[in-house]
Amino acid sequence: MRLESFLLMRHEILLTVALLIILIAELSTENKKKISNLSVILFLGVTVIGFLPVPEGLLFGEMYRTSHLIVLMKNILNIGTLILFFQSAEWIKQTEYKNKVSEFYMLILSTLIGMNFMISSGHFIMFYIGLELATIPIAALAAYDRLKNISAEAGIKLILSSALSTGIMLYGISMLYGTVGSLYFSDMAGANLNTPLQTLAFIFFFAGMGFKISLVPFHLWTADVYEGAPINVSSYLSVISKGAAVFTLTIILYTVFYSIMPMWKNLLYVVAILTMTVGNLFALRQQNLKRFLAFSSVAQAGFILLGIIDGSGLGMASVVYFVLIYIFTNLGAFGVVSAISVASGKEHIDDYNGLYKTNPKLSLLLMLALFSLAGIPPVAGFFGKFFLFTAAAHSGYFWLVFIAVINATISLYYYLLVVKAMFINKNENPIAYFKSAFTTKVGLLLCVFGIFAIGLLSPVYEFIRMFSNIL
Amino acid sequence: MIDFSFTILIPLLPLLLFFVLGLTSGKMKPVLSGYIGTLGMFATAAMSYFVAFQYFFNRPAGAEAFEKIVPFNTVWLNLTDKLHIDLGVLLDPISVMMLVVITTVSLMVHLYSMGYMKGETGYSRFYAFLSLFSFSMLGLVLAPNIFQMYICWELVGVSSYLLISFYYEKPAAVSAGKKAFIVTRFADLGFLIGILILSYISGTFDFVSMTDPQGALITQGTPLTFMGLSALTWALALIFVGGAGKSAMFPLHIWLPDAMEGPTPVSALIHAATMVVAGVYLVARLFPLYYFGAPDVLTIVAYTGGFTSLFAAIIACVQTDIKRVLAFSTMSQIGYMMLALGVSGYGENHGLGFTASMFHLFTHAMFKALLFLGAGAIIHAVHTNNMNEMGGLRKYLPITHITFLIACLTISGIPPFSGFFSKDEILAAAFENNKILFFVEWAVAGITAFYMFRLYFNVFWGKNTNYKHTPHESPLTMTLPLMILAFASMVSELIPFSKLVTSDGLVLHIQTEWIIVIPSVLVGATGIVLAWLFYKKESAIPDKLVTTFATTYKWSFNKFYMDELYLFITKKIIFKRISQPIAWFDRNVVDASMNGIAWVTNKMSDSIKGLQSGQLQKYGYVFISGVIILAFTFVYVWFK
Repeated sequence: MRLESFLLMRHEILLTVALLIILIAELSTENKKKISNLSVILFLGVTVIGFLPVPEGLLFGEMYRTSHLIVLMKNILNIGTLILFFQSAEWIKQTEYKNKVSEFYMLILSTLIGMNFMISSGHFIMFYIGLELATIPIAALAAYDRLKNISAEAGIKLILSSALSTGIMLYGISMLYGTVGSLYFSDMAGANLNTPLQTLAFIFFFAGMGFKISLVPFHLWTADVYEGAPINVSSYLSVISKGAAVFTLTIILYTVFYSIMPMWKNLLYVVAILTMTVGNLFALRQQNLKRFLAFSSVAQAGFILLGIIDGSGLGMASVVYFVLIYIFTNLGAFGVVSAISVASGKEHIDDYNGLYKTNPKLSLLLMLALFSLAGIPPVAGFFGKFFLFTAAAHSGYFWLVFIAVINATISLYYYLLVVKAMFINKNENPIAYFKSAFTTKVGLLLCVFGIFAIGLLSPVYEFIRMFSNIL
Repeated sequence: MIDFSFTILIPLLPLLLFFVLGLTSGKMKPVLSGYIGTLGMFATAAMSYFVAFQYFFNRPAGAEAFEKIVPFNTVWLNLTDKLHIDLGVLLDPISVMMLVVITTVSLMVHLYSMGYMKGETGYSRFYAFLSLFSFSMLGLVLAPNIFQMYICWELVGVSSYLLISFYYEKPAAVSAGKKAFIVTRFADLGFLIGILILSYISGTFDFVSMTDPQGALITQGTPLTFMGLSALTWALALIFVGGAGKSAMFPLHIWLPDAMEGPTPVSALIHAATMVVAGVYLVARLFPLYYFGAPDVLTIVAYTGGFTSLFAAIIACVQTDIKRVLAFSTMSQIGYMMLALGVSGYGENHGLGFTASMFHLFTHAMFKALLFLGAGAIIHAVHTNNMNEMGGLRKYLPITHITFLIACLTISGIPPFSGFFSKDEILAAAFENNKILFFVEWAVAGITAFYMFRLYFNVFWGKNTNYKHTPHESPLTMTLPLMILAFASMVSELIPFSKLVTSDGLVLHIQTEWIIVIPSVLVGATGIVLAWLFYKKESAIPDKLVTTFATTYKWSFNKFYMDELYLFITKKIIFKRISQPIAWFDRNVVDASMNGIAWVTNKMSDSIKGLQSGQLQKYGYVFISGVIILAFTFVYVWFK
């Protein structure tokens, strides 16, 4: 094995280096601002370097693999995390509890390393380590405001639910190992997994992934954790963590479980309908914006399944494209909520009444993000949903598309409720005008750019489509 | 042949100007935005002239036909593997010619407006809208596929709407804007359906492959038929409906006279020279398809054009608002162009009508813009639109007078002005193909001369009205465009159209047919003489004629009650008999069932809220039950 071959895992190595630098910096200074700036700049570098071309290949006897598609996915996650860093810079400096700023960055970076390994894995043990690395630090992050009961509660709920789901998942993986005799993805893909026991094992595995993506009925932790955790952590959970899990699930379904595709297509069919519908029905009645966005993200996960269900390169492309758009869109929504929460501490929909009068720019941005979530043209969310639905229709799931369209209509209702609060409802004491910090502005402007540009620039989709034939 | 890919800048520059002027409107000094807009348009026009020169006169030696060049094209949306929507630029003789027409007239109007709109509120907004319009129109003519054309077509409609209702505090302007938008939009529905059918049967939006005479669509046609007519015929007929709406062909013309509520430079740019010929351009663009695929539709085009030109000319004789006279004269002249396309053949030496139509489009743009800008200068001087309140203006407005006279002579087809040549070619083309239409158009030529000189004598000669303020000549920014356009009207016959703009790109050989030239000049002269007799001095003849033909006069004055007919159909029939029952159905059935669904959704949401209790043990319970139920169901169903 030659030294250059480590270049294949450039993303992971860079992240680890960045993490170590932050750790060292932490030892030398107490200044929150310095560490925060250093982290953002380091990560900016990591993101940019991530775009340099890298060859495809395998490492460690096939335990680790990488391809252009996988690199693209990692870059997408990096972009999302970068925006999140911009958005949270202001919040992290302000936090009243004497937490160490570096903790936030280091925990996020370690989960990102875990996700990268998860996506790149070629072996179930590798995958499992990645998954754990991507989950456990998030539980710590959810309890970041540890003096607040609700934050601590979120952390403990996440770690316990996650323990349950990984337990079941490991159980499933062990059964697969028992029947196939190997944990390598390539061996699994070669074997015919079409026995009742293996189906059972697959569903156990799927439940674990469903937990990460918050699919119904494995989603119940979502709302409580999102509500309790600091907003930027919820934002990270709903966007990056979910995106990474979606990527991994899609890759594994399309390669490892290719032989039982008809079975998992039916499973996805059922779960997609459940997820969209239940997510929407709960989102309808939320008053707290964080819970509201939590259920909205559950419903969005249901839509993503419509792309995965296609089972071909078209489906893969539509999923990657949607996640890219979803990152910009949801970060835009969370970013505004976070900015307002930092400035005024308010998180209820009713508090937003009359926001347009005092903070027109933020209101417009939140409106754009919600329109994009609802899928109204010409913002990017429309194109994302369009390609997801196209993928499902491509495989002949017309009823599923029909149900999805009905659900999209219901979702429009509750997204518009927030828009109505901001623009139409009158309020004696609206949230006062405040100026956002420079970093927050950059983070939000990047979202605006993404919301408009990714939908209208067709080369983006074409580019993703070019790499997405992995079968 | 040079690289033409820079032509994409021609539409993009006005778009940039629109954003710049629109975003800085209210912050920048108004005068400055006028300068920026005009300079930008000047650059666009310079580029267009350069393109035209390179395209027409700098060809590789030995090149026979003018090629269709697509110097810039990018795929925007992939619908299927074959069908995709592109954005790009197509250069061929007609699009290059249109570039010159649009940028010339637009530049003149930009310049003219610096004087005409001086001090108006919303001066920068006006220039921003002008730029938007120029962008849309240039995008329309350069479109390499019918979908881009449709997008720009609608943008043209929007900018026309914005400019007609520019004085948005004036109710008449607002309703005129709405009327124009709704009527053309209604016609565009036909256009859209036509595009969908056409793309369905041809599998492409691309003009070049669609109109290729050796292409699959023309040689093989389509087996699809509907009500005895082929799908291609339907598609082309529906597309023509869209074109007829924009070009104000009977019976979709009702918006054009009202559109005169907009500022006069706008009328010159949009409602005389550029937007209203979009329909003609559309038919010309698809001409091979019409000719080979649906000759029946081409006949309809010819008769629609012929009828409209006669109908509008008759109405123009009795109108008293000078802008409306010009509006009806525009309809009449566009009727000529449509008719010429309708009677034209394709290729070899049969394409006279096509060339004549494009030639007339060019000359008409020049002289009609001149007439409108002249009318603007008159209105600017005397503050009224009514010609009965004018007279003897030749002493006060010498430059306007001379240029206006040149324009009147041009439109009346008096040699050696350009209108004579283009109209003469149309008459020759009609004479070859359809004698009835030839006689109609011949008569219309006489009527045209009559009403134009009625206008001219009424305004510049005749009774000497006492004006409150002495009228005075307009500033140079306004008279300079008049002079330039007058010059263009006089000399544009020198452009060898039969060599440059032909149906198949090859040279067309034409010879002068005296049998047509002499009668057409005579009939024009007769019209002028009659107008001279009636209107040069105050005379009793017009009033006598009015009383003799009282009914005809009344009908014609009221534009044959077309507006009233539309109102009757929409209000009494559509609104009352159709819309009201639908509204009832909508309120009591559709809305009620939606409310029902919403109620059910809420109830469902209510009933499952217990699931989200906040208790972790319950979550675990649901999680595990979920896994077990899914697992057992799937194992059972799958291995039953």
